[in-house]
Amino acid sequence: MPPIDPPVDPPVDPPADPPADLAPSASVPEESPEGRRLPAPGPARPADGAPGIRFEKVVKRFGRNVVLRELDFTVAPGERVTLIGPSGSGKTTILRLLMTLERVDGGVIWVGDRPLSHMPRGGRLVPAGERHLHEMRKQIGMVFQQFNLFPNMNVLRNLTEAPVRVLGLSRDEAVERARRLLDMVGLADKIDAHPSQLSGGQQQRVAIARALAMEPKVLLLDEVTSALDPELVVGVQDLLRDIARDSDLTMLCVTHEMNFARDISDRVLMFDRGRIVEEGPPERIFEAPAEQRTRDFLHAVLAS
Amino acid sequence: MSDVLDAYPQLLRGTWTTVQLTVYGAALALVPALVFGLAGTSRHTAVRALNRVYVEFFRGTATLVLMYWLFYALPLVGFRFTPVAAAVLSLGLNVGAYGAEVVRGAVNAVPRAQYEAAVALNFTPWQRMLRVTLPQAVALMLPPFGNLLIELMKGTALVSLITIGDLTFNAQRIRAATGETAATFLVILVVYFAIAQMLQLAVRYAERRVDRMLGRRPDRRAAAAASGAGAVKA
Repeated sequence: MPPIDPPVDPPVDPPADPPADLAPSASVPEESPEGRRLPAPGPARPADGAPGIRFEKVVKRFGRNVVLRELDFTVAPGERVTLIGPSGSGKTTILRLLMTLERVDGGVIWVGDRPLSHMPRGGRLVPAGERHLHEMRKQIGMVFQQFNLFPNMNVLRNLTEAPVRVLGLSRDEAVERARRLLDMVGLADKIDAHPSQLSGGQQQRVAIARALAMEPKVLLLDEVTSALDPELVVGVQDLLRDIARDSDLTMLCVTHEMNFARDISDRVLMFDRGRIVEEGPPERIFEAPAEQRTRDFLHAVLAS
Repeated sequence: MSDVLDAYPQLLRGTWTTVQLTVYGAALALVPALVFGLAGTSRHTAVRALNRVYVEFFRGTATLVLMYWLFYALPLVGFRFTPVAAAVLSLGLNVGAYGAEVVRGAVNAVPRAQYEAAVALNFTPWQRMLRVTLPQAVALMLPPFGNLLIELMKGTALVSLITIGDLTFNAQRIRAATGETAATFLVILVVYFAIAQMLQLAVRYAERRVDRMLGRRPDRRAAAAASGAGAVKA
């Protein structure tokens, strides 16, 4: 775990930034690729470290329903951030935007010092094409609520298919990596099993291994224990705690498990209706929430 | 009846022609079914329009009329087809239109979550289709494909009308030679039925293979191994 001191109140956009009505086609100040870097707290990280993330006035609509309205927030490199809030508050949408499963309707998402949702062209930012998305997705991995293992492949191929086809690893390298990861998630004996032969908890641990096999630098966890039977939740959470402890991944986590959120996160963001209501270190958010909305939400979640 | 059965060399020849036309027709149908079926799942309106045009045209035209066009009408403007080519083409294009709808429906029925998992692993659009979506869609395509295959086989009876010596064509000749109308048609009824059953068996076999690949019907060995592994640990 790198020493990070996440700001309770993240720095707002540097004054050099474009004006507030930044649209997808807003011009990028050409002279300042440096100036566009994330306002990362702490010392600069080596180029191969985990990137930070910055949402800049991000808007997402589904039809007439505005899910995110000009959302600004920053995640420092290597920081672990948990998003909490009632359903429909936009938490999962944030992860889906980062995984490029949805497109932004306004604003820009930055990963490291490069735009994720857009690509620079002729000094302007235009909506990203498939090639740019492919390039940016190399850094990002995601684990889903419903596991989403591929039923047409056994466990081993679920773990090796993308490293071989996408990263260009040799079959042997990919198998070696898969064995190591299956060992880590405690499922070395299931290497030839079919996903349908595994319990939910086992499937989710395979899904975590599958995401890690791509060696992402940002890991997105979307309610990864919500679909599990209660007695299987602990195993998956323990695994993720280990991963959080032993890696320097930037992690964004949506969860309703407050104890888990407390254990793994540096900072908790409380969302309501597409806005951040409150944020801070988990101890403060869970023990002394300042906002009534946060208190109501935590009360409801802990009562259930 | 015995007169009809005595003509078995003719019946066999006819049966063989019917089987060949079925195989060629099915092989040909598979191509537009896949190409235009996948086109129907495209994000681009223009590509989807290709699917609509093909499907609506060839689904909406009678196979026999199509056959007459290829065999009798097109030679008038210089396109000449052999009878078998005209037959296979019209059968294949017609059944291909139905097949395209099957492919489109099956691909669309694969859960979107599978596509999303493939995006998250950074597969290219082609890899997503080829490695993830299509293999799962095949399982959904097989039962309706079985129907279409049998429809195609029965549809080959039309080729007797453009001078091809299939089972029906030969039956007509046997009937003319022997005068045994009921017996002749009874015999070919049974032969068509038998061919249909064989096709059905082949499709069932393919379905079982695919189900096993998808782990829906694990074979006994794997099931035993899974349950033998003891208590399921999270």
